[in-house]
Amino acid sequence: MSSYARQDDSAGTVIKDNPHDSEGMRYLDSRLRRFVTTYLPLSVFVFVLLFPFYWMSITALKPNHQLTDYDNYSPFWVSEPTLRHIRYLLFETSYPNWFWNTIVISVAATFISLVFAVFAAYAIERLRFSGSRWVGLSIFLAYLVPPSILFIPLALIVFKLGLYDSPLALILTYPTFLMPFCTWLLMGYFRSIPYELEECALIDGASRWQILTKITLPLAVPGLISAGIFAFTLSWNEFIYALTFIASSENKTVPVGVLTELVRSDVYEWGSLMAGALLGSLPVVILYSFFVEHYVSSMTGAVKE
Amino acid sequence: MTVQQPNTTADQASAAGRSKAGFRAASILEDRNVLGFLFMLPAATLLLVFLTYPLALGVWLGFTDTRIGREGVFVGLENYEILWGDSVFWLSVFNTLLYTTVASVFKFALGLWLALLLNQHLPFKAFLRAIVLLPFVVPTVLSAIAFWWIYDAQFSIISWALIELGLIDARINFLGDPTNARASVIAANIWRGIPFVAITLLAGLQTIPQSLYEAATLDGATAWQRFRFITLPMLTPIIAVVMTFSVLLTFTDFQLIYVLTRGGPVNATHLMATLSFQRAIPGGQLGEGAAIAVAMIPFLLAAILFSYFGLQRRKWQQGGRD
Repeated sequence: MSSYARQDDSAGTVIKDNPHDSEGMRYLDSRLRRFVTTYLPLSVFVFVLLFPFYWMSITALKPNHQLTDYDNYSPFWVSEPTLRHIRYLLFETSYPNWFWNTIVISVAATFISLVFAVFAAYAIERLRFSGSRWVGLSIFLAYLVPPSILFIPLALIVFKLGLYDSPLALILTYPTFLMPFCTWLLMGYFRSIPYELEECALIDGASRWQILTKITLPLAVPGLISAGIFAFTLSWNEFIYALTFIASSENKTVPVGVLTELVRSDVYEWGSLMAGALLGSLPVVILYSFFVEHYVSSMTGAVKE
Repeated sequence: MTVQQPNTTADQASAAGRSKAGFRAASILEDRNVLGFLFMLPAATLLLVFLTYPLALGVWLGFTDTRIGREGVFVGLENYEILWGDSVFWLSVFNTLLYTTVASVFKFALGLWLALLLNQHLPFKAFLRAIVLLPFVVPTVLSAIAFWWIYDAQFSIISWALIELGLIDARINFLGDPTNARASVIAANIWRGIPFVAITLLAGLQTIPQSLYEAATLDGATAWQRFRFITLPMLTPIIAVVMTFSVLLTFTDFQLIYVLTRGGPVNATHLMATLSFQRAIPGGQLGEGAAIAVAMIPFLLAAILFSYFGLQRRKWQQGGRD
């Protein structure tokens, strides 16, 4: 550690003349040390974090006889890739049903949460009605209530409302964890829009409704996209409500369906299980890849106060 | 239908505003308290019906002997008395605390390390950050299924690789042995949690002014001192929030255990959430399941208060005001 420090010390005295000072004091590090301290651990991290996806994909493409035969075939590669597992999923199981259910439920729950959250966040942040601070705080607390302590009483409520085994049960309950999050995020976003814009419009005689739809919302579009993307992936990810409130095979969502319907006997169909996991992950991964910046900003925005 | 409501009120408002008699109605709608109430109405209704009410109902259910298909009656603390003498319940409390503590410590340490690595000048930095976050984006159940296959007793790729490398002689029984099973589920949880901690801390790191490091270097601070006296104090507020979230999510985890072990072997990996589910839904004992869920609340409150006050004290020590 001390030799490391000394070298950085000498770097520090030189750096005053260095035009690339955004490089910090690292530019004098020897290549080898940079490899050991940065690239090596980083590669290990990336390898470990991505390996399960590689393993998932390669298993989904392997023919059954190669799946467990590590002696004759290299486990890390597939010699004769097959789409048999994917075809099985699409044509011999209810997988397309689950997929469609998950899309409908996620889109509907996200839409409801976003619309409600826009009004709530605008009211708390901009109308500043009396008690809005407390309402804002209770929204944040609602955000911290985990689904695993709510699912039992919710199951009773869902049953009494006659929504058991209906997608509506999930569309109505998912907003309980999506909406507090969206509201919290949009409150932060509305706060960043200059208040003067609204004041000008108010003086010009615009109603609150006009201000919200014509001024605030168009400026908040990036925030809306962030909240929407994140809410969509959260509802795609949801498991415990879907497991508890849905019984019949054709109404299940992808995570529940893959786990409860594809695992039938003691002999696991690893190929089709992995294909199911892979296909089920694709929509959120594709969405994420288009909106990485929005996703990250909503994730980090959620933990900022 | 409720979504439409503000729309129609606003239409009514503009329509009313045109007629003289409706002028007062329009000005009421411009009142911030009335309008605030109307704007809050959809969100508040939904949260009251599907969040506040179930929370209260859950506490009430804990005091009843409700079963699936049968209304319960008030039985006082009977559920809690049963749980008090139930060794499986105490085992699940122990497992939950172990799971949360070990996983959170590793997620924090490895997440911070990864954040510091990603904060350096790297080629393809944006791309790296994007792929590092993948484990957090992919649905937990689906990645847990991949781990299930990786942890397979016979065909585990980890066992195979370690045997090929000559490091072990026999296959590892990842999920069949109590100690191994605990370690395996914790490892899978850490795997999923690292990206969240790393990317949020990275966002925090990027807000630290570079000039602080330059000044410290000119004053002869070592790399460790720069980390200890600049990075860590500047990062403390965001660390507290991130770790509160991480602890909450880990403590109430359900999906990973449900996929990998369902609480087994011999309840060694049962968490409070999975035990609550098992007693309530397949077991039909809604009252007892609700009591277990309610028993999680004090721990959650403690975690929130701990990090909140920890954060306050740190800020005060740093001489910060806000």
